[in-house]
Amino acid sequence: MENSKTSIFRKVLMALSGLFLVIFLLQHFVINSLSVISPDSFNEVSHFMGTNPLVQFLLQPVLMFGVVLHLGMGMVIEQKNRKARPIKYAFSNASANSSWMSRNMIITGITVMLFLGLHFYDFWVPEMNTKYVEGNMSGMLDGEDSYRYFTELQHKFVSPVRIGIYCLSFIFLSLHLLHGFQSSFQSVGFKNRKFAPTIAKLGNIYAVAIPLGFIFIALFHFINSSH
Amino acid sequence: MSTVKTLNLTLKIWRQKNNIAKGSLETYPISDISPDSSFLEMLDILNGGLIEKGESPVTFDHDCREGICGSCSLYINGEPHGPSRLVTTCQLHMRSFKDGETIYIEPFRAKAFPVIKDLMVDRSAFDRIQHAGGYISVNTSGNTQDANSIPIEKENADEAFYSAACIGCGACVAACKNASASLFVAAKVSQYALLPQGQVEAKDRVLNMVKQAEKEGFGPCSNTGACEVECPKGISIENIARMNREFLSAAITK
Ligand code: HEM
Ligand code: SF4
Ligand code: FES
Repeated sequence: MENSKTSIFRKVLMALSGLFLVIFLLQHFVINSLSVISPDSFNEVSHFMGTNPLVQFLLQPVLMFGVVLHLGMGMVIEQKNRKARPIKYAFSNASANSSWMSRNMIITGITVMLFLGLHFYDFWVPEMNTKYVEGNMSGMLDGEDSYRYFTELQHKFVSPVRIGIYCLSFIFLSLHLLHGFQSSFQSVGFKNRKFAPTIAKLGNIYAVAIPLGFIFIALFHFINSSH
Repeated sequence: MSTVKTLNLTLKIWRQKNNIAKGSLETYPISDISPDSSFLEMLDILNGGLIEKGESPVTFDHDCREGICGSCSLYINGEPHGPSRLVTTCQLHMRSFKDGETIYIEPFRAKAFPVIKDLMVDRSAFDRIQHAGGYISVNTSGNTQDANSIPIEKENADEAFYSAACIGCGACVAACKNASASLFVAAKVSQYALLPQGQVEAKDRVLNMVKQAEKEGFGPCSNTGACEVECPKGISIENIARMNREFLSAAITK
């Protein structure tokens, strides 16, 4: 299909995968919040998410696909962005007409990607190892009668360097979404004078509140672990 | 009579002999410029001096000098058509600059807008996009229905009119970090999409114009909104959302 080779089509995929990640992140945030409110419910929900076949073998692959699609398309689009202006301006006053966030999605995006790498290494790889390599689906702490998830979470939020990287990454995610959220509605053609202000407001609230929430949770566990 | 203070300026102008030559920014001091003169008049004065000295004048595009033809261009101090809003370079006046200022003057830069000479670029890519679908096919046999006899919703008529205000100058491309022609194409697509006469060919129009823009080498749209800010005619990026909608529904159903 020739139409699917156009940038409009690619940007629609970018927007849909981005919005999908926005929804996923909200879900992730709600579950993480439980770790602050009630460790028991956090354990319950984590065990459910970690062992439910629908989540594991349908939603998780869909999520992987979404991330890979967004990342891959991001790289393709960035190539096209650069190719369209081979000779740069000697003097450009870009801040007079557009926001830094809108011009640097690739930088904020790649930062988020690096974080995802670390995040996978920290949580996802050990999780896969425990469940599918060692074959331990019980979700229990070794030799104890309680779930392992909350305790594992606490252990990840001890190193100040990790916390620093974690917080910084979420600031970059915030910058990514301050432009990305409203931009995706424009890409799929859903924006007009009537919706634009609401979309912009909603986007700003999401882009600030959710990353800030993640940072709060990290700091909460870090501070609790230090005494 | 009060004496108007004149301006002394340093101009940094892109000079390039021809399409294949390697160009460079050259420095030209210029003095005694009236703040009431237009930017292009200032360049005329510079060129007068260059010709007197036996040097080659700076080549730049211009025609109507009243903001309606879309011929003038120039990337002035980092913005297409300079620092003022809703004006073309020919409507820009020297009172927008300070005495002693250094002014950078570069051609519109895009792969699809190759430099012809100095500040003049080839914008015929826009013509080819228009040819790909920016028209309606009417029978001019003498039995053509009078356009005014077709009722059109006032709101749509107004929107179509605003979109049609695009003069095809290319500032949107010059402003965009991806040299995207989205605002131009969207204005042309919208102008017809909003009117009953444009419906018959609507699907082919949007598909063909978008694909032609792509073929010309214009970049994707990152929705930065720079085009809308720099457009001398105030074309809204709402048109781009409309183009994306039109494109999607045409791609799915055609
Ligand atoms: C895996 C790392 C990521 C990379 C490399 C990345 C890269 C990008 C790039 C380059 C763009 C802009 C494309 C353009 O128009 O020039 C973009 C847009 C976007 N991104 Fe990401 N991103 C990443 C992660 C995320 C995440 C985790 C989310 C959501 C939680 C997200 C949400 C969005 C949204 C909503 C857009 C706007 C799409 C549009 O303009 O239509 N991205 N991303
Ligand atoms: S949309 Fe505006 S900036 Fe772009 S070509 Fe038309 S008039 Fe010029
Ligand atoms: S010369 Fe015609 S618009 Fe500037």
